Amino acid sequence: MGVIQRIKKPTTRKGKKVLQSKEPKPIEGPKQCIFLQARNPSERARKVLKDIYNLKKPDAAYLSRKNDFVPFEDATLIEKLCYKKEAALFGISSHSKKRPHNIVLGRTFDYGVLDMIELGADNFKAMSEFHNMKVLAGVKPCLLFNGPAWDLNQDLKRIKSLFVDFFHREKIESIRLQGLEHVLSFTASDDGIIYLRSYRILLKKSGQRTPRVELEEIGPSIDFKLRRTRLAADELFKEACKVPKELKPLTKKNISRDAFGSKLGRVHIGKQDIKRLQTRKMKGLKKTAEEKKEMLLKRKKARKDAKSFQATV
Amino acid sequence: MDIVNEILEKEQKKAEKYKPITVEKHLELEIDIGTLLASDTNDLDKKLIKLDKERDAYLQSLSRDNTQLLLNKIWDLPTERIDEAIVVRLPHPTTILPRAKPVPKPKPLTKWQEFAKAKGITNKKKSKLEWDEQLQKWVPLYGFRKAAAEKEKSWLIEVPQNVNPMTDMYEKKANEKSEKVAKNELQRLKNIARARKVKIPRVGLPVTADKASASQLATATSVAKASTASLGKFQNKLPKEKEARGIGVHELIPGKVKKRNLPEVSRKNLKTIQREG
Repeated sequence: MGVIQRIKKPTTRKGKKVLQSKEPKPIEGPKQCIFLQARNPSERARKVLKDIYNLKKPDAAYLSRKNDFVPFEDATLIEKLCYKKEAALFGISSHSKKRPHNIVLGRTFDYGVLDMIELGADNFKAMSEFHNMKVLAGVKPCLLFNGPAWDLNQDLKRIKSLFVDFFHREKIESIRLQGLEHVLSFTASDDGIIYLRSYRILLKKSGQRTPRVELEEIGPSIDFKLRRTRLAADELFKEACKVPKELKPLTKKNISRDAFGSKLGRVHIGKQDIKRLQTRKMKGLKKTAEEKKEMLLKRKKARKDAKSFQATV
Repeated sequence: MDIVNEILEKEQKKAEKYKPITVEKHLELEIDIGTLLASDTNDLDKKLIKLDKERDAYLQSLSRDNTQLLLNKIWDLPTERIDEAIVVRLPHPTTILPRAKPVPKPKPLTKWQEFAKAKGITNKKKSKLEWDEQLQKWVPLYGFRKAAAEKEKSWLIEVPQNVNPMTDMYEKKANEKSEKVAKNELQRLKNIARARKVKIPRVGLPVTADKASASQLATATSVAKASTASLGKFQNKLPKEKEARGIGVHELIPGKVKKRNLPEVSRKNLKTIQREG
């Protein structure tokens, strides 16, 4: 809701600016993410979350306080925190006997939970356990999705979109070729395990323009077991995926290119009125006074009719 | 021919020195260069992925191949040079991701804006500063320097002939100003209500300073008569007395418009509230 549409007007200029910055915009920046801990998270769950936080870093906040809540039963706390922190993504760690080393990842739309998935971190090797050079913080990673399951399973399809949303950082116009140095690979096996691996790209000489790619694992390496999911209804998802008019490419009408690449344009011309066409002026064709009078009356009547027609419409 | 063979040999040697950049895949990858995303729908090697020892190496080789394919596509794009760095322009991403907030709706027009649009009235641009002949300086259209100038200008206000000579013209001016502010605020709220399609009740009888019309008086008597605990049921009537009529008059008279019953749920809640209270 716009600032103008609020019943209570903001009292200060700064307050007004804050409210305006929170208003929906046609072009949004990168989604912010919050990470928090739910009921007594295990050491491993906490480390997994911390590593995911490290992957997301400039656009993320890690809230270190523990919160006594279960996101799948009551999501109000997340919605509240997401509103407070202006975040659209969240990650939560927790641990229980029934669901050990639990990680919940999700996203919100209009401050309400859109998608939320629960993953169990079965095998985990932290970033710090790989003793090698890491990538720069904030580098846009290449995302790989391996396995036919990502395409065949409807739930996994949505989860793929969630992972892309989580890790793609932001839409960019151009990229430095040497800046391509991070790969995140998600492999879905048939038994519902998602293998997350993270590599650094090494560009080697290949004798051609395109370099030969070699990878070096930098961590984290996590084997996720998919547990519960709460995915948005298709209608809501469609609503959330709406593209604003400003971003849709404008098509110029009536312009085409032929096989040779030359530009063709189609021009529409209104109907030509032959009766009013100026021809050669001659005395014999001149209108008499009577004819002129008649024409004037006709025109007046036509104008009157048009006016009354407009009034009725 | 010797030269040709030589060159071919050289090329072959060169090719042997480096590892290949081509990758064989059964199904082609779906690549979205805009988001740097590649999805490989080929079947995984089930044997290797099950084994704990082999898995990491298998995943790494699989990822390498797919990364190579993705980077091959990126290196095919035309490059530019910006500040010593080689940069490629990425195409628009094809994967559509959900937004964080809904698409903004256009602002609803106010009643005046709607009217102006219908009539084709456009705003005349006023200059921000105007020359004041009396003060002999430039005075802004609004803002604090305007208020100061206004104060300077009206160090004395003449009392007009037709006004009581004892009236305080400064007070009158201040009142007029506050009336204007209040009216503006009311209109703002009305516009908000209109935009949200909220029904707002009509506000009482219009306050007129001296003279009220016959219909207004009739309404006022009807309202006054019905304003008892028994909604005017036991009030005496004058001979030939008629109840006020007109648009919106019924709403003003207490007990005239039947109150609608509360919906089922809220009535239940009401009972519980009453019981508790």
